[in-house]
Amino acid sequence: MKTALEYGRLLAERQIGARELAQSFMDKISSGNGKYNAVLRTCGESALSAADEAQKRLDVGAALSPIDGVPVLVKDNISTKGIKTTCASKMLADYVPPYDAAVIEKLRNAGAVIIGKTNMDEFAMGSTSETGYFGAVSNPWDASRVAGGSSGGSAASVALGFAPLALGSDTGGSIRQPASYCGVTGIKPTYGAVSRYGLIAYASSLDQIGALSIGAGDLRAALDIMTGIDKRDMTSADALKPSAQKVKPIGEMRVALPKEYFGEGLDDGVAKCVLSAAKELEKMGAKVSECSLSSVRYAVPAYYIIACAEASSNLSRYDGIKYGMRAEKYEDLSDMYEKTRSEGFGAEVKRRIRLGAFALSSGYYDAYYLKALKVRSIIKQAFYKVLEDYDMILCPASPVLPPEKGESLADPMQMYLSDIYTVSVNLAGLPGLTMPCGFCGGLPVGCQLIGRAFEENALLTAAEEYQKATDFHLRAAKEAGL
Amino acid sequence: MKIDDEMIDYVSALAKLSLPDDEREKARQDLQSVLEYAQVLSEVDTGGVEPSSHVAEAVNVFREDEIMPSFDKREILKSAPRVKDGQYLVPKTVE
Amino acid sequence: MSWETVIGLEVHVELSTKTKIFCGCTTKFGGEPNTHCCPICTGMPGTLPLINKRVVEYALKAGLALKCEITRKMKFDRKNYFYPDLPKAYQISQLYLPICRNGHIDIETSLGNKRIGIHEIHMEEDAGKLTHDPWLDETLVDYNRCGVPLIEIVSEPDMRSAEEVIAYLTSLKSTLQYLGVSDCRMQEGSLRADINLSVRRAGETKLGTRTEMKNMNSFKAIARAIEGEAKRQIELIEDGRKVKQETRRWDDNKDSSFAMRSKENAQDYRYFPEPDLPPIVISDEWIKQVTESQPELPKEKRARYVSELGLPEYDAGLITQEKRLAELFEGASAVCKDCKLTSNWIMGELLSYLSEKQIPADELSLDYKKLGDILSRMQKSEINRNSAREVFKVVMETDADVGKYIAEHSLSLVGDSDMLLSAAESVINENAGAVSRYKAGEEKLFGFFVGQCMKKLRGKADPVKLGEILKEKLQ
Repeated sequence: MKTALEYGRLLAERQIGARELAQSFMDKISSGNGKYNAVLRTCGESALSAADEAQKRLDVGAALSPIDGVPVLVKDNISTKGIKTTCASKMLADYVPPYDAAVIEKLRNAGAVIIGKTNMDEFAMGSTSETGYFGAVSNPWDASRVAGGSSGGSAASVALGFAPLALGSDTGGSIRQPASYCGVTGIKPTYGAVSRYGLIAYASSLDQIGALSIGAGDLRAALDIMTGIDKRDMTSADALKPSAQKVKPIGEMRVALPKEYFGEGLDDGVAKCVLSAAKELEKMGAKVSECSLSSVRYAVPAYYIIACAEASSNLSRYDGIKYGMRAEKYEDLSDMYEKTRSEGFGAEVKRRIRLGAFALSSGYYDAYYLKALKVRSIIKQAFYKVLEDYDMILCPASPVLPPEKGESLADPMQMYLSDIYTVSVNLAGLPGLTMPCGFCGGLPVGCQLIGRAFEENALLTAAEEYQKATDFHLRAAKEAGL
Repeated sequence: MKIDDEMIDYVSALAKLSLPDDEREKARQDLQSVLEYAQVLSEVDTGGVEPSSHVAEAVNVFREDEIMPSFDKREILKSAPRVKDGQYLVPKTVE
Repeated sequence: MSWETVIGLEVHVELSTKTKIFCGCTTKFGGEPNTHCCPICTGMPGTLPLINKRVVEYALKAGLALKCEITRKMKFDRKNYFYPDLPKAYQISQLYLPICRNGHIDIETSLGNKRIGIHEIHMEEDAGKLTHDPWLDETLVDYNRCGVPLIEIVSEPDMRSAEEVIAYLTSLKSTLQYLGVSDCRMQEGSLRADINLSVRRAGETKLGTRTEMKNMNSFKAIARAIEGEAKRQIELIEDGRKVKQETRRWDDNKDSSFAMRSKENAQDYRYFPEPDLPPIVISDEWIKQVTESQPELPKEKRARYVSELGLPEYDAGLITQEKRLAELFEGASAVCKDCKLTSNWIMGELLSYLSEKQIPADELSLDYKKLGDILSRMQKSEINRNSAREVFKVVMETDADVGKYIAEHSLSLVGDSDMLLSAAESVINENAGAVSRYKAGEEKLFGFFVGQCMKKLRGKADPVKLGEILKEKLQ
């Protein structure tokens, strides 16, 4: 399988045609998706006309970007004008946005060809991609296991060769963890680096759009296109795109291994793979040493309180009045609200909304929400402190291997706890990348790199160098037979 | 933190989620276990710490008071479950 | 046993910015339903609020004029509740860090001067409009008004009577109009007042249970509502019953209020800081800039009219109450160089014209130069008072050119000495008998001669000059 950049080059050199390429990926989805349920819908005609437009440009050597004409999949919580955007929820099962998200505009302006929307956890709430209304996403490496979440559909799609590049969103690890579970590379940029305009909100102060692909180079290309301030999102920053960020050579990088991350609860197989990645980075000249990040034990509860509080508010707009589903039978207005929301939302979403409503309710606000915001400050400071002495932190993406389907649904607490390595990164607003670093019993293991704010290129460069020296990231392509 | 039936009913009502009797216990337990786990936060000394309601440091981001074209009302109303004469239609509101 | 009424006000003022508070849709009044909307103000998934700088500026102007402390680092907060007129199911408002706090308005009533405290002022977005559809017995929702910027001005419970409330509102309205931040038209909903009222026995310091009243569309209705509600509460208590804390809707036609269906369990709005909007920091610079550009406010203007221009208190008060009248006064009096003449004309002719035609003062579009011109000519006896009135009315209606109209309709007074002389001579010659009797001592006949000359000149003689000439000729 080729990377998005490789396809881009082949298209620019007219060695392959854009329409054929888009069609071949959509055919692959048609034939392969049934078993994995990674893709919710393909774009058919609209993708082919975008491909034709790309071809016109490529024919005259006027490519808009290194990925002009390259097929891309988009997680189904990112608004695509005229194309259903459901958040894998019954509530929005037939919702068609009247506008494109900022990242979609940017990708279209770069010539990317959007070929479909991917499956996910409902409203991005979940770590397994099992909570969606349209069913679970299966792990390409073992269909009885989960693909991870909430961007499971995007991660599995890349692993299965359904597209060389897919967009995802990450609030507490939703790109990084499924990337790890599916053996692909994924990045969540610094909070504010990529506009959230058009991303259907889960938790406003934590959400970021990012990308997944086979290798780090494609992620850089994607972020180069998507990064930058957007007037329509006041939390977006005037960030430099990764290619413009100055970066140290790998030999000068200092990498921290937080000792508290390697204690109890971490699967031995996973630990082994991650530590071997540390060794590999050392071989490449990086200085790897231990640091302390004891705040890790507070990250998950702080995250869940904050995320669910914001979510309970963000999801209130789904009331059966302006868009989305409305219950068929109801007695009056109040009943209409309740029936619509109770029928439209799945169990996990309702669980989180209730938790959020509680945390913000009168009498509990100080002890829960406000407290969590203060703990967030402490966690953020702790990370910033470590990153004064180190260029990045290396740790696992998940404490366990991809669980079996159904396991997490039975025990939500356990599911929440498995986010332990990823949520702090969202709380601190920092960039995080995961890349495959080994296999355990045939299942992929990813390691996570966490960097300083707006220094995505440092992570991408380290990943690129690592991926030159190793081939874990290519296994998916081999397995997919491409 | 003990969550009783009254509390789970209360937060459900706040969020306009119905709570059938046969779902109440599970919902109550779910909320209780998360909150029990969240108790660990009370260990943290947050005296003098500012709450981070915004993770970025930015301030004073503004939009100029210039008119942008509104959307065609058909585009806006297109997704609505019920519409009449260019307005959304909902069950009667009582003052 | 005497009673005291304790009143606090929550006033919502629509700011007159071009666009809504969080999106670029127009704030223009009216329009077919849902035609001033976009994905942001209709709460579509994936949209984010975009704060309008001018809203912050106007709120700051209002706060400084009302002598408030400015919150130097402020945030917006979400107020969460479900109602069809609120598309996001939360209103972006300010609870924890409102833009202004601890201000005041000084009022004057029949009992003297008093300072009414302002507890806080905050910015928030307006909701949509709900209309009952009687055919379907359902409700129609229009989001045109959704997102129109509001400031809410919350007073301390310092008022004790309808008179004080009206004085407070009059002063508030006047100040905000002068600042140009709102047109404050109650009839159109750009100024709305909710009344919080409780009663207690005179001398008691504890506050009684209060009710909230809404839906008063005029100052008069507010006065009636206050009197009615105070009476209702007093009667209840004297009857041994308790006042229930509730919201009541005032029905001006019935001259009474009705309890509104109480919303379930005192609302828990779960306020929390709006994560989609970065905090706002107000610098010293910004405050200085706004303070320096503040126009002369009604109180200052009134004082100046009295002390520097010699206008009586009453006149100054009346004219400064409306910004347009004050502007007109200042402009016109500068042209005709006569303040008293101008103020009298405004208080007399102008205000009665406006009242007759039911035009609110702030819709007045009269060009001050034209008024000044008319007054000037009248003062110089180029036209008489009746003619001035005529020209004035025509200018008010059609914005006609003053000089042209006077010429076309021959309204100019004759001041030409030869013409006056010739008229005087004719009259004297034609009325020899009367002349002799005048010369013999019947001085009253002077008026007769003036009248006869006027007749010859079709009423258009400069009376002063005519008088002089006649006197001379009759010696």
